[in-house]
Amino acid sequence: MQDLNDVIATALDEIKACQSLKALDSLRVQYLGKKGIITEQLKSLGQLPPEQRRSDGQRINQAKQTLTEALEQRHQRLAEQAHQQTLAADTLDVTLPGRGQESGGLHPLTLTIERIEHLLAQAGFSVVEGPEVEDDYHNFEALNIPAHHPARAMHDTFYFDASTLLRTHTSPVQVRVMESGQLPIRVIAPGRVYRCDSDMTHSPMFHQVEGLLVDEGITFAHLRGVLDQFLQAFFEQADLQTRFRPSYFPFTEPSAEVDIQCVQCFGQGCRVCKHTGWLEVMGCGMVHPNVFAHVGIDAQRYSGFAFGLGVERMAMLRYGVNDLRLFFDNDIRFLRQFA
Amino acid sequence: MKISNEWLQSWVDHGLTPEALGHRLTMAGLELDAITPVAAEFSGVVVGRVQRVQAHPDADKLRVCEVDDGSGTLQQVVCGAPNVHEGMYAPLARVGAVLPDNFQIKKAKLRGVESFGMLCSAKELGLAESSDGLLGLPHDSPPGMDVRTLLGLDDVVLEIDLTPNRADCLSISGVAREVATLVERPLIPLAITPVPPTITETFPITLEAPQDCPRYAGRVIRGVNPQAPTPLWMRERLRRCGIRSLGPLVDVTNYVMLELGQPMHAFDLAHLHEGIVVRRARVGERLQLLAGQEIELSEADLLIADGRGPLALAGIMGGDMSGVDETTRDVFLESAHFSPQAIAGRARSHGLHTDASHRFERGVDPQLPVQALERATALLLEIVGGQAGPVHDVIAPQGIAQPAAIALRPARVEQLLGAQIPSAQMQRLLQALGCRLESAQTATWQVWPPSFRFDLAIEEDLIEEVARVYGYDQLPRQMPPLQASIRAQDERQVSIHAIRRSLSARGYREAITYSFVDPAIEALLAPEQSPLSLVNPISSEMAAMRTTLWPGLIKAAQYNLNRQQERIRLFETGLSFVPTPQGLQQQAQLAVLVCGPVLPEQWGSAARPVDFFDLKGDLQAVLALAGLEQRVVYQAQTHPALHPGQSARLLLDEQPIGCLGALHPQVQAQLDLPGAVYVFEIALDRLRRSTQVRYQEQSRFPLIRRDLALLVDQTLSADTVINAVRTFAPKEVKDIVLFDVYTGKGLPDACKSLALGLILQDLSRTLTDTEVDAIMAQITQQLAQHLGIRLRG
Repeated sequence: MQDLNDVIATALDEIKACQSLKALDSLRVQYLGKKGIITEQLKSLGQLPPEQRRSDGQRINQAKQTLTEALEQRHQRLAEQAHQQTLAADTLDVTLPGRGQESGGLHPLTLTIERIEHLLAQAGFSVVEGPEVEDDYHNFEALNIPAHHPARAMHDTFYFDASTLLRTHTSPVQVRVMESGQLPIRVIAPGRVYRCDSDMTHSPMFHQVEGLLVDEGITFAHLRGVLDQFLQAFFEQADLQTRFRPSYFPFTEPSAEVDIQCVQCFGQGCRVCKHTGWLEVMGCGMVHPNVFAHVGIDAQRYSGFAFGLGVERMAMLRYGVNDLRLFFDNDIRFLRQFA
Repeated sequence: MKISNEWLQSWVDHGLTPEALGHRLTMAGLELDAITPVAAEFSGVVVGRVQRVQAHPDADKLRVCEVDDGSGTLQQVVCGAPNVHEGMYAPLARVGAVLPDNFQIKKAKLRGVESFGMLCSAKELGLAESSDGLLGLPHDSPPGMDVRTLLGLDDVVLEIDLTPNRADCLSISGVAREVATLVERPLIPLAITPVPPTITETFPITLEAPQDCPRYAGRVIRGVNPQAPTPLWMRERLRRCGIRSLGPLVDVTNYVMLELGQPMHAFDLAHLHEGIVVRRARVGERLQLLAGQEIELSEADLLIADGRGPLALAGIMGGDMSGVDETTRDVFLESAHFSPQAIAGRARSHGLHTDASHRFERGVDPQLPVQALERATALLLEIVGGQAGPVHDVIAPQGIAQPAAIALRPARVEQLLGAQIPSAQMQRLLQALGCRLESAQTATWQVWPPSFRFDLAIEEDLIEEVARVYGYDQLPRQMPPLQASIRAQDERQVSIHAIRRSLSARGYREAITYSFVDPAIEALLAPEQSPLSLVNPISSEMAAMRTTLWPGLIKAAQYNLNRQQERIRLFETGLSFVPTPQGLQQQAQLAVLVCGPVLPEQWGSAARPVDFFDLKGDLQAVLALAGLEQRVVYQAQTHPALHPGQSARLLLDEQPIGCLGALHPQVQAQLDLPGAVYVFEIALDRLRRSTQVRYQEQSRFPLIRRDLALLVDQTLSADTVINAVRTFAPKEVKDIVLFDVYTGKGLPDACKSLALGLILQDLSRTLTDTEVDAIMAQITQQLAQHLGIRLRG
């Protein structure tokens, strides 16, 4: 039986040295296959005397088991190695750029308007729209700007005929909303407006957002409250200083212009604020009784405020855009920066 | 309005720095635009008296002067000014002086003669745009005195941007009145004493339009010397307030206008006939204006006329024939009140805007004319001499708006401002503004605004005044109460936000382009429309209101192509303006433009230009937001701006909602676009679900797919075939996918092959092969029978 021990020792060495699954299978056949060395030995047990048969049988079976285990272990090891090799062959350069369509984006003025809409929605303002080709009545007359009023000179108006024009502000939407008779009113009206003026700082088309709140008991203090919070939220500056200056709009009384502390220099004075530390951002006021009279709202019972802001100006301040005309060139390299 | 601080301070000693004053005015609604020094920096310039003038030995145009500069020694100065003469007082820049633009004065030799300094003109001191000689200084100026001190050149001009309601501040006195109220300092009023007449002559005045001109004061002044120079102090004040000196007669009227706010006019009496008549113009009348232009008058124009015809456009501009000039000896001075309604709009209708019209259309105090006339007379007599007649003040009382009391309820002030301002303080504020109060002990006060405040008419006007002077920044701030409510939202209408974001996710960038476009481009892209045209466009390329959003997108594409951006994917939402027999339709549209490679340049996928179906896919994605991707029908249709074989009209429920296609190659060439450009446009309000989404139960059983390769006549559209399959298919067919189109080799002539995948499924059980075979057989049999479609063998 010296024989068997040698066989096992040789087999274990061979298994250990085996480097491929295929060779390992050959070893398995060589030792444990139908005509394998161990199998043959088991077969030959029958020719032995019974007492030797038992002890030899045990030893041979043990040898078989030892080899089986060794083969299995080796198999696992080789299989694992083969798997690792396959994976290694599939390795990608993960730093290569991804493929497909790039994503686009929204115009910065749209982003600004949406932002304003979302902020004011928190205070209950919903969005309304109105026509851009307007009539003289809604753009001027109903807003307490009769023909020949000097304020008309401030609106360089585009005309189609004596009574049809491009709206010079979003304020006519106020009139249209109030005409509908639903009270109370909390609306904003964003949109395009037009003035016959074109230079470095004026575009013949630009955007405004108009706001209107009409209810019982609305005061100038409410106007200040809403605009203060709005401006602080818009510029994400909780301590943003604002100031209200008396001004004049025919459709509000009292009227005010709203300045914010310069968001560029924090009030220290810079080129953006023309070294005043302040930036004018909005016009506003309490709805003029004559406007209420035009739309049939009882000015003794209801009061309200209106405000209007220039979207381009807000976008320029927010995003640091320094040339108004960039908004309308639609240069892809410009647009790409906002999304 | 430009205000000299020095002049202002003669009216009110405000005690503030110009910056502090500007801030106070700004916060009271008189917005400060700028503070500018009245003269450029210069130093070392003193009053010089020219003692002797001798010819230069070697130069015809130069003179050698001896100038007393107060130092005790006469300075020799060479001067080329034509007006230099012995006894003249003029600015002398001493050796070492620095003139504007850092021009240094040094000892010099001019053609061999030494010069110790320079005698200066107004221009050289930065006090005038041009000069034709030395600046003559008053003869009582002490030689050696610093010219800056003499002329008060350390003054600044406050430029105030006045709102149209504050006509009362269009003068030094008006601003001074406001400042006095704001800083609570007394107003130093100008002592205007009537000038006693030395002749008895008057000139007749008739008011034929008493509503338009209810008051007209005039005065004859005879024997003036129009050659007399306007005194330097007056020229300086005029200059600082932005008015050019035009001779003493005009200067005085302008000066009084600046000082008191009353526009005046001086006529040459020699050119007036019979009498002044203030009346509306008659049709056909014409007037040659001072500015030279001749205008045609209408009945809306108010005239100053005489027996021969129009003399002046009342309250706007004088006429050329009746104005004063250097030959005038006798003057008729006008100081009148014209109602804002009579003047408003008239100047603009003639393309004019004058200092007078600016004031009259906003409102000038009807109490001013005589005061102003007296003031002007006094100044004129002092400067040009002459004999003044009596003031002839004609009033039509019915035309002058009588000041009416405004009811002011202190309770209403609180109600509107949301602030409690003590009554006593409110009363003080109103009185400081010149208002008269009555019944101030009751709940409703009676307030009479001063005659110069045309903007105070109703209670709210007074409330604003109270708030304004009290200080807007002193008023509280508070959030308004919000009655919580939740509004329903129309879920069927696809929101514009969803559309924008969907396109953005598909690689599109949003553009915003002008609503007015080049009529030529508009005509090229929408030749069947006649767009609305602006009467007064900014330029002829921005004259037509777009009937489609394409012109703007194409312009944006050109802009980018010109900047080496070859891959362009843009969209815009906005109104189109389409005139229809029912009126103008302002329709919200979505338009998209693509050109260049379909994908950004990248590795691993071959570059290919975008095509019709890429864009159609994007369109379908937008339609899918409204569940319309299957319901919209693409009708091959020729659009004049689109490729006849690559364009479609979009129909929804048989109504056109937009179109899609490649730009017509000819149009593309005319627009200078290098490659194929694909566009679509669709009406935004049609992107709406027909019904609210309802859940459809889905099968838990396996689905089965069967493919059909159909041999179809070349002219048969894919839509027709798929719709036919859909019609013939029983309910078990859940979906049909077209996965291949083949034309070419191996097919009969004029045929194409369409490969369809049919997805079959039953709600309640697993379909058997036999059942599916039967369904497929039924479909193919129907296709053959009705459309002659065979299976590809």
